[in-house]
Amino acid sequence: MLTLENITLKYGKNTVLDRLSYSFSEGRITAIVGESGVGKTSLVNILAGLLRPTDGSFTNTHGKISYIFQEPRLFPWMTALENVATVSDEAKGREMLTLMGLEDSLDKYPAELSGGMKQRVSIARALAYEPDIIFLDEPFRGLDAERRHNVSKTVFELLRGKTAIIVTHDEADLEYADIVLKLSPAPESKLIRIDN
Amino acid sequence: MTNTKSRGFKIYKIVTLILSVLFWIGVWALFSHRVNLEFLLPSPKATVIALTELAKTPEFWQISGLSLLRILSGILIAVALGTIFAVFTANIHTLDSLLSPLMTVVKATPIASFIILALLWIDRNTLPIFITVLIVLPVVWSNVSAGIRSVDRGLLEVAKIYRFSLGKRIIKIYLPSVMPYFLAACQSALGMAWKAGIAAEVLCTPESAIGTQIMNSKVYIETTELFAWTLAVIILSVIIEKLLIFGLKKLAQGLHVSRKEVSDANA
Repeated sequence: MLTLENITLKYGKNTVLDRLSYSFSEGRITAIVGESGVGKTSLVNILAGLLRPTDGSFTNTHGKISYIFQEPRLFPWMTALENVATVSDEAKGREMLTLMGLEDSLDKYPAELSGGMKQRVSIARALAYEPDIIFLDEPFRGLDAERRHNVSKTVFELLRGKTAIIVTHDEADLEYADIVLKLSPAPESKLIRIDN
Repeated sequence: MTNTKSRGFKIYKIVTLILSVLFWIGVWALFSHRVNLEFLLPSPKATVIALTELAKTPEFWQISGLSLLRILSGILIAVALGTIFAVFTANIHTLDSLLSPLMTVVKATPIASFIILALLWIDRNTLPIFITVLIVLPVVWSNVSAGIRSVDRGLLEVAKIYRFSLGKRIIKIYLPSVMPYFLAACQSALGMAWKAGIAAEVLCTPESAIGTQIMNSKVYIETTELFAWTLAVIILSVIIEKLLIFGLKKLAQGLHVSRKEVSDANA
């Protein structure tokens, strides 16, 4: 169960989210769209437990959480494989990195990888963890068009049947989503379903 | 190609270092020759001969060993205390506010003032250890604090998402992040420790100490011997620094801190 009840988030005097309530569907890929600065990333951070709301409550009964951030957030002192193996066993790490087309870069440090390759390591790490729920915040940013197409296809195939919340600006990602929600800005923030 | 370039640069650095050392020894020899009075400015040759003669006596090794022991003890205590203090002050703001002015005062106070004051309370054989601690502790504390504060918040969020235990957080995130700062602190603290420790020995003259020998050389105007003991301090200081930094670098590599990051911190 993943629900929000009257969530309000304020940064100083600025209200980002205002009394937002919603109950997310289990085993579905839910995409959240909306204008820049409307609070999509803040919302996902609240759901992932990284941000405490100013008011309201949320319930997340899922055990293992994964999060693909906008930026790779890799440990610079670890190789690609070591980064992934911090959350899984080495075999799973190898498998996921290979799936991301990084089989030749297992022993490379983040400083030796391009921005897109680093993001793919980050995606491999999130998937290798085998989470019960996964949050994705603009996960394919920094990948070139062709690579982006292949990687997103692979990721969404793996996520099929799992609970996944993805923040995206890209129309292509919406094709894979079961539910598409638009976050309306404060006051009275709402998640409005727009896929039907 | 890169390896060849890097090897070439290393050789260039070593050659430059040797030439620089030879240049300054030459300047020293020239001045000494011009002054032409051994008790005012002994020559490099006379200093090396005096040191060789000293090294033949068992007392030299006993004296050097005891000074080394005092200074190393001071460094170890300061590193341990500085690191513990840094862990607390980086996490508890009130404690940081409380300790910061004290550390500033310790850093700004002349060593001689501390030595003379501490002589009233502390045994003269232990005082050099206390002074070394006092000088090294603020350096270690401020560097390690900066290292802890520099830890990437984004990585800590990753650790939170993937439920790293406290031990895993320390090993995978904190230690590699803080290590370059810790190494830099150790490197600068080592030189300061020798200066402070020997200065304390000169002023409080323990029974067996390099500082006491330097003081005696001054009293009996044995300038060549004073230079020889000073040279012994420099040699010991360089050897200990190289050994300690080598050991710490090995430890850093074991903790997955890449060589580049460690060398960046030492640059």
